[in-house]
Amino acid sequence: MAQDGIGARVARKEDKRFITGKGRYVDDMRVAGMKHVAFVRSPYAHAKVGGINSEQARNMPGVLAVLTGSELVADGIGNLICGWMVHSKDGTPMNMGAWPALAPEVVRFVGQAVAMVIAETRAEARDAADVVAVEWEELPAITDPAKALGEGVPQLHPEAKGNLIYDWEIGDKAAADKALSEAAHVTRMEIVNNRLVPNAMEPRAALAQYDAAEDHFTLWTTSQNPHVARLVLSAFYNVAPEHKLRVIAPDVGGGFGSKIFIYPEEVACLWAARKTGLAVKWTGDRSEAFLTDAHGRDHVTVAEMAFDANNRITAFKIDTIANFGAYMSLFSSSVPTYLYATLLSGQYDIPTIHCNVRGVYTNTAPVDAYRGAGRPEATYVVERMMETAARELGVAPPELRRTNFIREFPHQTPVIMNYDAGDYEASLSAALSASDYAGFGERKAEAARRGKLRGIGLSCYIEACGIAPSQAVGSLGAGVGLWESAEVRVNPVGTIEVLTGSHSHGQGHETTFAQLVAERLGVPIDNVSIVHGDTDKVQFGMGTYGSRSGAVGMSAISKAIDKVEAKAKKLAAHLLEAAEGDIEIADGEVRVAGTDKKLGWHEVCLAAYTAHNLPEGMEPGLKEGSFYDPANFTFPAGAYVCEVEVDPDTGHTEIIQFVAADDFGRIINPMIVEGQVHGGIAQGVGQAILEGCIYDPESGQLITASYNDYAMPRAHDLPSFKVSTTETICPSNPIGMKGCGEAGAIGTPPAVINAITDAIDNNDLSMPATPEKVWRALRAGATAMRQAAE
Amino acid sequence: MVTVTMTVNGRQVSKEVEDRRLLVDFLREDLELTGTHVGCDTSQCGACVVHLDGKAIKSCTILAAQADGTSITTIEGLADGAELHPLQAAFKEHHGLQCGYCTPGMIMSGVDIIRRHEGQLDEDTVRHELEGNICRCTGYHNIVKAILAAAQEMHGEVRQAAE
Repeated sequence: MAQDGIGARVARKEDKRFITGKGRYVDDMRVAGMKHVAFVRSPYAHAKVGGINSEQARNMPGVLAVLTGSELVADGIGNLICGWMVHSKDGTPMNMGAWPALAPEVVRFVGQAVAMVIAETRAEARDAADVVAVEWEELPAITDPAKALGEGVPQLHPEAKGNLIYDWEIGDKAAADKALSEAAHVTRMEIVNNRLVPNAMEPRAALAQYDAAEDHFTLWTTSQNPHVARLVLSAFYNVAPEHKLRVIAPDVGGGFGSKIFIYPEEVACLWAARKTGLAVKWTGDRSEAFLTDAHGRDHVTVAEMAFDANNRITAFKIDTIANFGAYMSLFSSSVPTYLYATLLSGQYDIPTIHCNVRGVYTNTAPVDAYRGAGRPEATYVVERMMETAARELGVAPPELRRTNFIREFPHQTPVIMNYDAGDYEASLSAALSASDYAGFGERKAEAARRGKLRGIGLSCYIEACGIAPSQAVGSLGAGVGLWESAEVRVNPVGTIEVLTGSHSHGQGHETTFAQLVAERLGVPIDNVSIVHGDTDKVQFGMGTYGSRSGAVGMSAISKAIDKVEAKAKKLAAHLLEAAEGDIEIADGEVRVAGTDKKLGWHEVCLAAYTAHNLPEGMEPGLKEGSFYDPANFTFPAGAYVCEVEVDPDTGHTEIIQFVAADDFGRIINPMIVEGQVHGGIAQGVGQAILEGCIYDPESGQLITASYNDYAMPRAHDLPSFKVSTTETICPSNPIGMKGCGEAGAIGTPPAVINAITDAIDNNDLSMPATPEKVWRALRAGATAMRQAAE
Repeated sequence: MVTVTMTVNGRQVSKEVEDRRLLVDFLREDLELTGTHVGCDTSQCGACVVHLDGKAIKSCTILAAQADGTSITTIEGLADGAELHPLQAAFKEHHGLQCGYCTPGMIMSGVDIIRRHEGQLDEDTVRHELEGNICRCTGYHNIVKAILAAAQEMHGEVRQAAE
């Protein structure tokens, strides 16, 4: 292995600029003549937009323009769309309501923009936005997804009768019903997956510039996928032609899904730059992020699981209502369907599964992919059910899982997925051992002597990463292909630039991608530069989400390296008068195996560019590209154990230990992988005990609209984590990687809730398990037990 | 408008600013020191932490005018020339950052925590002292590790190392 190649715990190359304050985020950018934008936003959850009087605002100091939704629509700017077509079970297409970037007629959630002010400074723009007078006619609002379906409630879109987006199903309902009716035991639960706000620490921002002489646009934006942004802004929103639009996503301060989507502000800023001829920048504040970033989760589910007399699962039936918010965000339709229901088999051999999903509009911010996207919701259902079933059946929770584990691969589930590799026993054993699961009884007794209630909970998750191959996702309704591109450019001196369509916003690609190159071409990672995030530099790419950058993005690089390697070997064989098959590349040298004949890597590279002595027919240069489309999804899996202590007087939960044993396939940099897992666990713990996005059901106002009211995990809410990995190599891509970015957020919530419900001996507990809820559940559980005893 | 004069990273600066200009905007916009970040609008997240006369403060919660006559150190001024501050180096070595957005505030807070406790830190203390800094990427695990490691390097003693 190269010293800093695959598997090496290399410190990150990108860190220096971040630890010295030299990172370059969108709000750090300024261009000559740049002006500032503030948006005029709806204070109502549902209202008709009447006249907009901007006269006073226009006369404010520094104000240059006030633009409204009717002007935007008049200029032919297209509505925002959802790019994944899902059909209802009756064959009808999903019901997509119109979503203009600035609403000219109706607003459907608090914070939706209706106008924009452009001024010399940000403060002046905001002052003026405050005095733009909008005639609002408030309409009744609905925020609860469980109550929003049907005719007798406020209706959001004329396109969606009864607020229904789709009524979708997968699997065999009749077979599931039959198995449930014949079961030796049925576990049934009502499960709410709480709504979350992603909260990347960098708020969204956009800087748009229009060059009239060239008819050319540049957009700097906080994006996880600048090429998708360019495609959508040009092909669908008609803001700028694709070949005349450069989208740059520089350093981006976290995404977690929320920066996949193309938002109204980006559309409006680009449009305004052309309309006014001014370069304009908008930087959202945290309040705007809470109100307008796409939220995550928000499912209401009823699940039934059938067991035979040997505790083997015979069927699983799930009925889910998924809240989409007021509009269908870019990938929203796929999250509660193909990214959720397809993972409901978990790690288990389940012969029959049926899942019905109804998507519903409400007067809340749009909901879309957030770290895990559908898979946390699926895992929460499956693993709450398994732990509950184990309790009902009187079986140890690990044993019930072992009884039902899939043990042979490939395994075709009843819900599309074909699991290619895994060893669920290995990760479960590792987690049980690392947590001393067997010794829990003693620890519980010791805690009881201190007056504390100790509980332990398990979660065995599986997820699907990569979201590929393109043909498969296309057949399921995806509007795009989900491959990745790479270009490997070798310079005449042997240094290397890798251009990738993946985008790094914390994942450390500048290091891990360089490690792959170092491993393959024998150069130090300092001689490798990773170029990403600029549509003028990288031709095309699908970006970073769904833990896809390793399995898909690096595989594309690997394929391009294959071609570079082949050409370099052919050239070296010619120069060294040897057979191509005898050439090996390692440690900065190109050698004839078994001899002392060799050239420096840089000598071969230079020879490719001087072109003085090339093999017959070889073109000069050393640069190759690849578009890589995977053979399958990848299937990371693992087992998490959470141990908690509850204070019975206050209901406060302390996480005593958290153990993760993950199988991510081949690992490039263990340090970075551990960091990804740590962060995922923290977000999972956040969902389980702290975070919950609450709208007032009457007014539709966002109650949890700041860090004063929305409980972000802080350092003292969390323990240090014990993370480890087991490894089964993924057979579906050339590197054998599975992906690690979302696992923590997927596997953690059920482990935490299983632990707390174990501690308080009451299974009726919803997320976030705040001290108040835990305290009440503890009291209710005790009361129920007392009544049962009487 | 008001004229403010202060020393920023060892350099004396004097500018006329709006009365309502926040120190963070003064640093970012007027001095182009964009290493100090803004992550919230309720003084909660700590991305904007700088040192004022040697103590950590949230630069989003103080007017530039209030900082008149003081000495400010931002993340850009923490390293000694090309040599990183031990906590900057520890953040890199222990992978205490991912997206990098909270990092300047975390490091400036971390330096202050180590200073106030004279390096005598344990994991629990560090976690509670980080109350005012939010990170969404790291789960804090490696941030805590980095602060403990730097404290040990700077002061030689740490009561109880993090796992």
